[in-house]
Amino acid sequence: MREVRIQFDDFDPGREQARLEAHGIGAIATFTGLVRGDDGVDQLHLEHYPGMTERTLEALCAEASARWSIDAVLLIHRVGPLAVGERIVFVGTASAHRASALEACAFLIDRLKTDAPFWKKERVSGQERWVEAKESDDAASNRWRSS
Amino acid sequence: MPVTILYFAHVRELVGLSSESVHLPPDIHTVADLADWLAKRSDGHAAAFVDPSRLRVALDQIMSCFDQPLDGALEIAFFPPVTGG
Repeated sequence: MREVRIQFDDFDPGREQARLEAHGIGAIATFTGLVRGDDGVDQLHLEHYPGMTERTLEALCAEASARWSIDAVLLIHRVGPLAVGERIVFVGTASAHRASALEACAFLIDRLKTDAPFWKKERVSGQERWVEAKESDDAASNRWRSS
Repeated sequence: MPVTILYFAHVRELVGLSSESVHLPPDIHTVADLADWLAKRSDGHAAAFVDPSRLRVALDQIMSCFDQPLDGALEIAFFPPVTGG
């Protein structure tokens, strides 16, 4: 299974994990990202580039499948308005062994943050502002390029 | 042949358009040439392209750079550094 979904609606991490488990392999790793309420943020709005975003995520899944021995990969990213505490992103990998599942999962979320065309706009006390890209995210993503 | 220019996020807001179709003059070869030419279309465009180091570009949905040739791309997108996940 290799599946990429961009959607407005919420997803159920338990249900998605069960779909990975249905592959009957030894290890599942998942990551779920939520909207943080830092600095008085009460809402986020996620924008993407229809077409390129899907294509980029598919390419990252293909790269993960080539680098690690994973049998299933599932990537879900939400777009549109999101309140604090809501789920934004889900990454799930299934493998015979934990190291491959965990590393492929970390690779996917780190590279998604720097490579996939999504943009966050946050609202703080009624004022909207675009979120700036972080150098720490570039560093996390780059560690997968050198190895 | 017309090419489609797409703008996203902060760049879209500054330009005031999400897309436009343009006929490129023959002296536009690189992404940087195109950015300089687009910047002259309106005050909004000028504001969006004032600092290319803060922009990213994709040619036919593949990430590229300002010094790269357009190479016949038909869909060219400008946007800020990405912030998903």
